[in-house]
Amino acid sequence: MHGTKILEEADRLMTVCNSCRYCEGLCAVFPAMEMRRAFSDGDLNYLANLCHACGACYTDCQFSPPHEFNVNVPRTLAVARAESYAAYAWPRAFAGTFARNGLVISLVAALSVAVFIFGFAALHDREVLFGIHTGPGAFYKLMPHNAMAALFGAAFLYAIMALAMGVRAFWRDIGEPIGMKTDARALLQAIRDAGELRYLDGGGVGCFNEDDRPTDRRRLYHHLTFYGFALCFASTCVATLYHYLLAREAPYAWWDLPVVLGTLGGTGLLIGPIGLLAERWKRDSILVDEARYGMDVAFIAMLFLTSLTGMALLILRETAAMGPLLALHLGVVFSLFVTMPYGKFVHGIYRFAALVRYARERKAMAQGTTLE
Amino acid sequence: MADLNQKFDVLVIGGGNAALCAAISARRAGASVLVLEGAPKFYRGGNTRHTRNMRCAHDAATDILTGPYTEEEFWDDLLRLTGGQTDEELAKFMIRESKDILNWIVEQGVRWQPSLGGTLSLGRTNSFFLGGGRAMLNALYLTAEKLGVEIVYDAEVIDLEIEHGMFLSARLKQPIDGTSEIRASALVAAAGGFEANIEWLKEYWGEAANNFLIRGTPYNRGSILKMLLDKGVQDIGDPTQCHAVAIDARAPKFDGGIITRHDSVVFGIVVNKHAQRFYDEGEDIWPKRYAIWGRLVAAQPDQIAYIIFDNSVRNSFMPTLFPPIEGGSIAELAAKLELDPASLEKTIAEFNAAVKPGTFDHTILDDCRTEGITPPKTHWARRIETPPYLAYPVRPGITFTYLGTRVNRQARMVMKDGKPSANMFAAGEIMAGNVLGKGYAAGIGMTIGSVFGRVAGREAAKNARN
Repeated sequence: MHGTKILEEADRLMTVCNSCRYCEGLCAVFPAMEMRRAFSDGDLNYLANLCHACGACYTDCQFSPPHEFNVNVPRTLAVARAESYAAYAWPRAFAGTFARNGLVISLVAALSVAVFIFGFAALHDREVLFGIHTGPGAFYKLMPHNAMAALFGAAFLYAIMALAMGVRAFWRDIGEPIGMKTDARALLQAIRDAGELRYLDGGGVGCFNEDDRPTDRRRLYHHLTFYGFALCFASTCVATLYHYLLAREAPYAWWDLPVVLGTLGGTGLLIGPIGLLAERWKRDSILVDEARYGMDVAFIAMLFLTSLTGMALLILRETAAMGPLLALHLGVVFSLFVTMPYGKFVHGIYRFAALVRYARERKAMAQGTTLE
Repeated sequence: MADLNQKFDVLVIGGGNAALCAAISARRAGASVLVLEGAPKFYRGGNTRHTRNMRCAHDAATDILTGPYTEEEFWDDLLRLTGGQTDEELAKFMIRESKDILNWIVEQGVRWQPSLGGTLSLGRTNSFFLGGGRAMLNALYLTAEKLGVEIVYDAEVIDLEIEHGMFLSARLKQPIDGTSEIRASALVAAAGGFEANIEWLKEYWGEAANNFLIRGTPYNRGSILKMLLDKGVQDIGDPTQCHAVAIDARAPKFDGGIITRHDSVVFGIVVNKHAQRFYDEGEDIWPKRYAIWGRLVAAQPDQIAYIIFDNSVRNSFMPTLFPPIEGGSIAELAAKLELDPASLEKTIAEFNAAVKPGTFDHTILDDCRTEGITPPKTHWARRIETPPYLAYPVRPGITFTYLGTRVNRQARMVMKDGKPSANMFAAGEIMAGNVLGKGYAAGIGMTIGSVFGRVAGREAAKNARN
């Protein structure tokens, strides 16, 4: 017996799949399944988070609907995955944010933007808010750097903390030892697998989206989004180092490293999310967890807005629009940070943890040992 | 949507591996091609849906094959498993062609992978389809569509017009559009056998056929085969024979596929509804023994049997779709199986008493055997004594039939008078009996399908041009 209905269904499917095994060359889920004969809640949550939702096993399955065995692994694992996010949420009181995620994220974003705009308006005269500020420290005329760093640092640390607690819950649920010896090889393997989205390729031809023709578009858009995000994050880190180590204040010239990184990343973070949204829109509804549409869209939209407002700020930073745009951008980024542990962002974290475990299992299998 | 009023160069009836290989090869040879698949799109492909590998000869190991499998070895295997019921010329031709199929099929979009978990014994001889048979079919269909092959689903052919061994037209019946006449210069029949046609099976098996389970789709009804034989094509293969394995009695009537199989016979005993053993469960190594149990169960009353084993071997074989039925005692298990408890207790007690000590090794013909009972269990015999006691109910699972149309090396059908047909070709299960008169080896049906499909398509295209 399992804790939830969806885990009951996942167990039924894994029993079907384990007696077939035709899909074992497609991704990591099926080889991981074959290492087991019975499935605990934790095993199923592990497999659910290991699944990259490429859809190949659905298109290739002789038992998918309308067959009476009704094997739909991508959708079942998608629902189980989303339910696992709620189960691992920290603090527990926020588990409900996953239930109506689109609404929650929209409200937080709107509220956050409103607070920044009203805050700026309340603290500054019109001339400052709509003034033209240029040169080093221009942004800090609207919000002192220390206040900005403290607020965003705190939001960021909170997100890290909440995510870490979630991973801890996941790690415990799937039966991995908490204080395990750092497994550098498994970690490197997982970084490589996640970095190239190795398991979002349908076993080599691309993933399945709107029909039975494989395409690699989702992987491409995801790369643009992920690496765009990573470059934007790198830009922020470099700028922080500039500020504190070199005493060089933003805004920086267009050729300076933070701006170059931010512009490249921001471009990826504009194109990637649009592509992902379009693919999500076209995606065959049989493959997805329709109830979580809001969660998928909200996170992609937040990434897009982060980039859009950031790019607008870059382009218009020497005009009177800078003040309001800064408030808008900071509002969006703040809400992105605080909602990270309570939205689709967590998929990357848990999937990465699942990939680490998979690498460990593979190694243990190859050596003929079992995990402690 | 295809214009069905035009005259096609090549009409392919069927939608599995052989049909698609024929369609692709005919199209690549420049012919206009129409494929009529009797099943709806989801169930397209007949038995190919449930396949997973193909047996091809190769002279050296490859990325996915662990060692060479020469033409000579393939031929020796075929000769042994058919007991000589094979057309040597055709068989050797097929084996030679199979070498090139390994590459050709990849050019048609099919992808290989090493043998699946639990199938190590096939790692040298058989190439596995990445994602299984339906993935293979999907790739062939995509390629065929890209090349411009016209494909119609739910396309039941209800009659063939054939004159003096020459195909003229086919009568097509569709759910919405009704009936129409399809004309083509050449015909490739690749529509499989009649394993899903219970009425036809009953002609040879009587009422017992009502208790058969069919491992593939309900669309493998053999109607094209019947039409061809009725219209003068020479038959081949024993009509009474079919490939039957023991599958779980809880499987659906049709299309349970591979996952309902049981490979646990070696670990226990098999009894019938009277709780009596009826055959040596330890006769031979599993792949060879696998295929005989369907026939054995078919000969038992009500076509049902039970594999009985105990908890000590519960995890010794592949996990099964249906869980074993459990009983804390033999009597309790018997009650759940609706067997007479006293009879089952007696059968197991006699079996246990007859087991001689030995060293168990299921990978060889070991020395664990019984003495003094009939039938004996000549290998892998161990006492059934560790509760809970477990059982799988099994019935005959029909995979394919052997009756087919006679063909020559061009895959051209041969008429009853011995003359080759002017424009009719056959490929796949519908002509497998030419090569595989009886028996079976993993992946050989797919070899027959791809090799003769490719040849039939090429020859049909050539025929249409002339």
